[in-house]
Amino acid sequence: MGDWSGYLALILQGALVTAQLTVMGSALALVAAFAAGLGRIAPLAPVRWLATVYIEFFRGTSIFVQLFWVYFVLPFAGISLSPLMAGVLALGLNVGAYAAEVVRGAILSVPKDQYEATIALNLTKLQRMRHVILPQALPLMLPTFGNNAIELLKATAVVSLISLTDMTFQAQVVRAQTGSTLIPFATILILYFAMAMIITTGVRALERRLTRGLDGVR
Amino acid sequence: MTAPIIRIDRLDKVFGTLKVLDGLSFDVMPGEKLALIGPSGSGKTTILRILMTLETISGGHIEVCGEQLYHMRRGDRELPADEAHLHHMRSHIGMVFQHFNLFPHKSVLDNITLAPVLTKGEPKAKAEARARELLEMVGLSDKAGAMPSQLSGGQKQRVAIARALALQPRIMLFDEVTSALDPELVEEVLLVMKRLAAETDMTMLLVTHEMGFAHEFADRVLFFDKGRIVEQGPPDQIFRNPTQERTQTFLRKIIAAGHRV
Repeated sequence: MGDWSGYLALILQGALVTAQLTVMGSALALVAAFAAGLGRIAPLAPVRWLATVYIEFFRGTSIFVQLFWVYFVLPFAGISLSPLMAGVLALGLNVGAYAAEVVRGAILSVPKDQYEATIALNLTKLQRMRHVILPQALPLMLPTFGNNAIELLKATAVVSLISLTDMTFQAQVVRAQTGSTLIPFATILILYFAMAMIITTGVRALERRLTRGLDGVR
Repeated sequence: MTAPIIRIDRLDKVFGTLKVLDGLSFDVMPGEKLALIGPSGSGKTTILRILMTLETISGGHIEVCGEQLYHMRRGDRELPADEAHLHHMRSHIGMVFQHFNLFPHKSVLDNITLAPVLTKGEPKAKAEARARELLEMVGLSDKAGAMPSQLSGGQKQRVAIARALALQPRIMLFDEVTSALDPELVEEVLLVMKRLAAETDMTMLLVTHEMGFAHEFADRVLFFDKGRIVEQGPPDQIFRNPTQERTQTFLRKIIAAGHRV
């Protein structure tokens, strides 16, 4: 039997990488989701096409392949990324494509009445979106955003493909060195679950904040 | 002689194959209170929605405050209005909706101050002071901090009226503003509108099924059917001595349904 505290430290280092990827990937996904989601309903047709191509491409191909391309193929085009950056880029763009449809759907589900009131009050298109439509659409997006963030957390395990030492990778190292499968994998099971709970709790708290006063009919 | 504030000239509106407005022409004088009545589907609400630029037109011209609403002059050519022109034109017009359309995520006060602050660049304090005056006028001084979901239908509609007034439009459009209210809440909204009509020189266009109110409120009544004006005149004439068969039939049905005239 080896020194378990040393092995645990190894797994915790991996957990840090996983957390980093999740936070940075989610941030990128959020930006991509709003850009593409708003792009899908933009008045300019080329913008809509661009957003559609992005969404369909990233939803239609596997994250595994996307990661491989970002890390191993982009350098041929002169773009070399660190493994962490490559991981964040692939995960963020992949999950962002799913979340973009959530953004679009939530915006379109704000009642037409609300748009008409903003026109009657002579708000500009930007003001309509910022002050009336998005504040009502955001609470509708949040539950699915929570799902997306947890999906992203679990997808981080693929990054070992490009030599990133995330939590799952470290658990395999520990397993190889100690011969024990149960202890490292039980540990990361608990850690993944704990991280997912943090996301869930955070999103719920945010949801409560944003829907304050919105109870009852619109 | 003063010029009309609204000039509608051979206006057409088509939804698919349905002709909602058919070569409609009429003028509205500044300060005039106009009631638009008629069976549902007669096009009266569509006229208000077109004036508020919530619908496009299929043909004809509309002039508001001396300028074309849906057309712009560029040299000798007349072009369809762009968003900037519509934005400019909308500053003359306000609208109150059947379903209030308050912003549910904003307090009563913020509902009223949002547009003056954003579109006119009014300082927040000034906009709030004016909003409180307006709330007092509609009898809701104590509701400034409330959320719309905490209000009754009648209170919501009075807030919506205050919100539209905050922009000080020259023309106000009221689209069936009491139709969605419980009967006991209709009166409080009508009272506010009566006072408004008496105290301001705003031009008002009212689409309503409340014939008694139209009678009392309006300087002129337009009876619509199938996208055309069938008959128009002072309320006494339209409600007491309508000359057209269709007007008579419509009013008979309304009275049979229990509405006061």
